[in-house]
Amino acid sequence: MAFRAEHEIHKRRLGRNLGLGAVLVAFVALVFGLTVVKVTNVGQVQGFDHVVRPELVPATDGGKP
Amino acid sequence: MRDAQAIGQSGEAGFSDYVALLKPRVMSLVVFTALVGVLVAPGQVHPFVAMTAILFIALGAGASGALNMWWDADIDVIMKRTAKRPIPSGRVQPGEALGFGLALSGIAVVMLALATNVLAAGLLAFTIFFYAVVYSMWLKRSTPQNIVIGGAAGAFPPMIGWVAVTGSVSIEAVLMFMLIFMWTPPHFWALALFMNEDYSKAGVPMLTVTHGKKVTRNHILVYTIALVPFAIGAGFTSIGGPIYLVVSALLNAGFLWGAWRIWQRDEAQAEADSYAVEKQVFKFSLLYLFLHFGAFLAEAAMKPYGLGGW
Repeated sequence: MAFRAEHEIHKRRLGRNLGLGAVLVAFVALVFGLTVVKVTNVGQVQGFDHVVRPELVPATDGGKP
Repeated sequence: MRDAQAIGQSGEAGFSDYVALLKPRVMSLVVFTALVGVLVAPGQVHPFVAMTAILFIALGAGASGALNMWWDADIDVIMKRTAKRPIPSGRVQPGEALGFGLALSGIAVVMLALATNVLAAGLLAFTIFFYAVVYSMWLKRSTPQNIVIGGAAGAFPPMIGWVAVTGSVSIEAVLMFMLIFMWTPPHFWALALFMNEDYSKAGVPMLTVTHGKKVTRNHILVYTIALVPFAIGAGFTSIGGPIYLVVSALLNAGFLWGAWRIWQRDEAQAEADSYAVEKQVFKFSLLYLFLHFGAFLAEAAMKPYGLGGW
């Protein structure tokens, strides 16, 4: 037995919740996609980490670091 | 307001009411002009980034639409055209629309900055501020020139699209801006000539109400003449080309001819044929803008084949 009759308002609320859910999922997908694009397109993303890494120093005199 | 809410559907909004707050029809125009701005800009941008940029430019425009509806709810309820909007019909509370508009503005600006660059995001933030504060809150109800300055808000999207790709404002971006900016007054006043009852009831100072229709007809002609150099001038920059120039010359001739005909008529003539010329020019003005941006796009699309541009 249902305690409350199904009202038009419940349908509208469900539609709104599903819609918001879809928007949030799309937003997550968008941020993920943007991350993939940025990380794969930015080129060299290594940096010095605590110690100098000679392979990251731009070549100046004949390729010697 | 209370009465409107009592009649409305119990104050519980559906998903489509929130979509309506974003003014989807205005957004579709923003998507188109921003898309053109992105596609005609020199330089490479990843298609996904371009799509994201257009999405958030459109979302920012939508957010400013929600803020506009929040501020204008009191006059929207009076005007027949706007009385069914979510706030005046009582489906969305004014506070909800304000929160919705502010939150989406923030999201759109931050996401555009992350996806592209800070200048594009800054321009988007300025556009939202301009539309919501300068136009809606300040100019709309205080001067009959409201539409002239307010048109700037609608003119920014192609410039933001351009800046999203190039990172800077250039003459081409400015000319695309000026094209929409100068086009808005004659476009809107042609509409106001046959729609003015609504505005006078709501007390919005439309030029047709404050200065009469004769002055409005003069203004349409003057602004259309002022628009022509910007439209033609864009044809001589890097986004123009022979196709654009031909299209633009024809469209400007048509628009000038229409403005001239509006200028020559008086109210008796207009009422006799129920504003046929004004309605015709209004429709033509939509085509005018659409085809100008379409021509920019055509030039850009043909460049890889050595045909478009100069």
